[in-house]
Amino acid sequence: MAKPKVAFYWCASCGGCEETVVDLNEDILKVTAAVDIVFWPVALDFKRKDVEALGKGEIAVSFINGAIRSSEQEEMVKLLREKSGLVVAFGSCAHLGGIVGLANFWTKKEIFENVYKTRYTTVNPDGVFPQEKTETKEGTLTLPKFYDTVKTLDQTIDVDYYLPGCPPPPSLIMSAVTTILSGKLPEKGAVLAPNKSLCDTCPRADTKPEKLIMKEIKRPHEIMADPNKCFLEQGIICLGPVTRAGCEERCINANMPCRGCFGPAKGIEDQGAKGLSAIASILGVEGEEKMTDEEAKKMIDQIVDPAGTFYRFSLPASLLKRKKMKEEVK
Amino acid sequence: MGINMGICGDVLGKKDLMEKTFEPKIICFLCNWCTYAGADLAGTSRIQYKPNGIPIRVMCSSRVDPMHILWAFKHGADGVLIGGCHPGDCHYQNGNYKTRRRVFLLEKVLKDFGIEPNRLKLEWISASEGRKYAKVIDEFIEEIRKLGPLAMEQSEE
Ligand code: SF4
Ligand code: SF4
Ligand code: FES
Repeated sequence: MAKPKVAFYWCASCGGCEETVVDLNEDILKVTAAVDIVFWPVALDFKRKDVEALGKGEIAVSFINGAIRSSEQEEMVKLLREKSGLVVAFGSCAHLGGIVGLANFWTKKEIFENVYKTRYTTVNPDGVFPQEKTETKEGTLTLPKFYDTVKTLDQTIDVDYYLPGCPPPPSLIMSAVTTILSGKLPEKGAVLAPNKSLCDTCPRADTKPEKLIMKEIKRPHEIMADPNKCFLEQGIICLGPVTRAGCEERCINANMPCRGCFGPAKGIEDQGAKGLSAIASILGVEGEEKMTDEEAKKMIDQIVDPAGTFYRFSLPASLLKRKKMKEEVK
Repeated sequence: MGINMGICGDVLGKKDLMEKTFEPKIICFLCNWCTYAGADLAGTSRIQYKPNGIPIRVMCSSRVDPMHILWAFKHGADGVLIGGCHPGDCHYQNGNYKTRRRVFLLEKVLKDFGIEPNRLKLEWISASEGRKYAKVIDEFIEEIRKLGPLAMEQSEE
């Protein structure tokens, strides 16, 4: 029997998801022994036309990482969808928009102005911006269209499964690959990680007092965190309460708080709003009833960049998805 | 979610949003023990106030999740009012302080979403303050009218 065909592809991403596949180490040999990799731009020299030459649904599984923010990415994932039996959104960016999704707090115009004009490391006296079409003597040069809005993979094509994480840990990848290849398919739309929240599996959970109050907010670089105490109790914002488990508590074990890369725990619709709510609820001091609104605001102001903190990995997948577009750019 | 979709789905219809006379749509989350009773009193006392507010009764202002507020903005609300018990009066001791913290924190996030933070308002209104309720809602409606429609619809590109 022919080996099932598998494809890997990247969209708006950092390359970390490719790295984590390589981090499978010897296990990657098990994968290559079981499947036939027909497309993997970062590692193998197959081209788009090779994918186009395949039949409908001929690829058993496509693992796609990265968010969608250009016309090229959109075309490629639509092509892969057509040629694939299953599509797995691989990593935070494909799953929820990820770090690149934070660009949704700006518009394309603002991003271009910043990157190609006003940033102090940019020298561009003629104000040249990337164009979709440029006429030259030799002919017309084209670039993909850069969209205003970063989208998740499932806002662009139909997705069968999600592998969360920035990046997904090798153990989770192996178990997902094994499960899918075994043919015992989970329910469509499943996130291939536990349904619990990270606090449920966190080694520090036992140190969390029953009544948790954050008197003061500290950023991780401001104190030496006690490696055995819940971060929240130490005044450090940790998104464990609203984040899905399954990462093997990577950050916690490195004495860093959870930033939420596994996305919302099951049942949470908007990870950012839920995280914001959770932290605001436990932030408090004695005598709050006597606090004026101004004093309460000051307490809240301790949280630096709340939008970026709470929506760090999930802005495109959130309720509002992006900053409001002003009329003129519509 | 806890919002009565039946009510919102109808009343928040976006069709008339862009028409010449802009009538703000305000979602009012009112605590059962204070502001809701205050609004009731305004009604039984026949105090006149504008009809743009859609009241939703909650058992405590702290029952309002930031997600409910964002949901309302997403689906066509131009403003959201939360009415809770005065400091010291919350039936669940400190729910109203939690609400205050959440509202202040959410206001900062709203700015990044391009939503004017004053589209969200928190007021302490007791069961005996029918007149205050009418005044707050009338003033809030005018404030939102000046801001114009929110129209949170998303760009496709
Ligand atoms: S808040 Fe963070 S440190 Fe505390 S138990 Fe949850 S995951 Fe662990
Ligand atoms: S601790 Fe949080 S941010 Fe770190 S890997 Fe796990 S889910 Fe991601
Ligand atoms: S019971 Fe009214 S605000 Fe808590």
